[in-house]
Amino acid sequence: MSIKENEEFRPKIVAFCCNWCSYAGADLAGSSRLGYPADVKIIRVPCSCRVNPMFILRAFEKGADGVIICGCHPGDCHYSTGNYYARRRMTLLFSLLDYVGVEKGRTRVEWVSAAEGVKFSATMNEFVEKIRSLGKNVRLEDLRCRN
Amino acid sequence: MQELISRIKALLADKTVDRVLGWKAGDMPYNPEPAYFETEEDLKDFVYDGFCGANLSKYMIEASKLEGKTLVCLKPCDTYSFNQLIKEHRVDREKAYIIGVGCKGKLDIDKIKAQGIKGIKSISGAEIDGAADTLKIDTMYGEKTCSYADAMLERCHVCKGKEHMIYDEIIGESKDTADGNRFDEVAKIEAMSPEEKFAFFQKELSKCIRCNACRNVCPACSCRKCVFDSNKFDSAQKANVVSFEEKMFHIIRAFHVAGRCTDCGECSRVCPQGIPLHLFNRKFIKDINAFYGDYQAGADVDAKAPLTNFTFDDIEPGERG
Repeated sequence: MSIKENEEFRPKIVAFCCNWCSYAGADLAGSSRLGYPADVKIIRVPCSCRVNPMFILRAFEKGADGVIICGCHPGDCHYSTGNYYARRRMTLLFSLLDYVGVEKGRTRVEWVSAAEGVKFSATMNEFVEKIRSLGKNVRLEDLRCRN
Repeated sequence: MQELISRIKALLADKTVDRVLGWKAGDMPYNPEPAYFETEEDLKDFVYDGFCGANLSKYMIEASKLEGKTLVCLKPCDTYSFNQLIKEHRVDREKAYIIGVGCKGKLDIDKIKAQGIKGIKSISGAEIDGAADTLKIDTMYGEKTCSYADAMLERCHVCKGKEHMIYDEIIGESKDTADGNRFDEVAKIEAMSPEEKFAFFQKELSKCIRCNACRNVCPACSCRKCVFDSNKFDSAQKANVVSFEEKMFHIIRAFHVAGRCTDCGECSRVCPQGIPLHLFNRKFIKDINAFYGDYQAGADVDAKAPLTNFTFDDIEPGERG
């Protein structure tokens, strides 16, 4: 058995975090000494609605196993309505990704406020666990090349 | 068709319109193409029959920039696209004189050829004034017949109805040719396992040669500057811009027209590789209908588009929805 096979599956997970809430929430999780797996790579965005659907496609194309978007709770958006638009957009995009074979469990939107360090850490742990159980993602990169 | 042509001639003669946007006969009996006609003499090539599937509303974007009025022939389903373009301020209603032409379902030559009918010399029964139930096809190997419904485009089997959404006058009769549910195919794919879904789309999309026909024909895809256009100069323009774009082309395009697609079915009709591209658009339409209430793009110019709107209690994305 090679070393590679022996290794446990470490998913690649991209988390888009809103600057005004979830990113601060992640900070709080850190300063409160709450752990979450290192498989999660955080990308800071000014608002959850800054997440262009192409970012998510790009992440999956580059081999991500799961993508999570964290934003302010509905009604609490720093820019008033950004997260409402993001919610509609992501609902449709996730549904389409599910339609081409990227299961719904691999995509997620979670509303985490700056005060919710506990929720942030719990969400990330739960999400990573979920992706681990789903295993490796289909390579969206190969969508247009059949061999 | 005579009634249509004589009306067009009259409108050209009294200067109500400066030009006509219609279809002219192609080199084969089954491939008429969109064309402008400016004089009565030009009109001798004018044709309108069962093979005139092309949606002319997108041509009105350019025609709106021309001097004077343009007469445009729109089928019932094309009027949805025209309405959507008005909503997006891409066409000028004042510059258009819309003749709503009758439609009894449009034909797909590939479906006729798939029945083993080759060497086609002429086709009768596709005339717009006819009953539209059988096609008589004169081939090099003798005369063949084919039922009209069997030769219809996929989109006509899920016809949106015979009503014109916008027109100045209507010439000819229309028929609602729907005999199926447009979301059946989508539901079938939704029921597959993730591996099967991926394999299905991989098989279909691998056929794509990236000719951009779907983008160029789509009335919703009419941004002045498209994200898929390269800003490189000359031959560098032809090279693959980014591989990401190449791979995700259809998904990105489908998302860009989500909520604006009227389901006119042109993308699937023009695809030289026969990729069922409408399956992406219909998935979005199905979801929008299910999540945010029934919405038909182009039916109402003043309705708010689903993706530029929201309510406080929309459903949550992904599994939590």
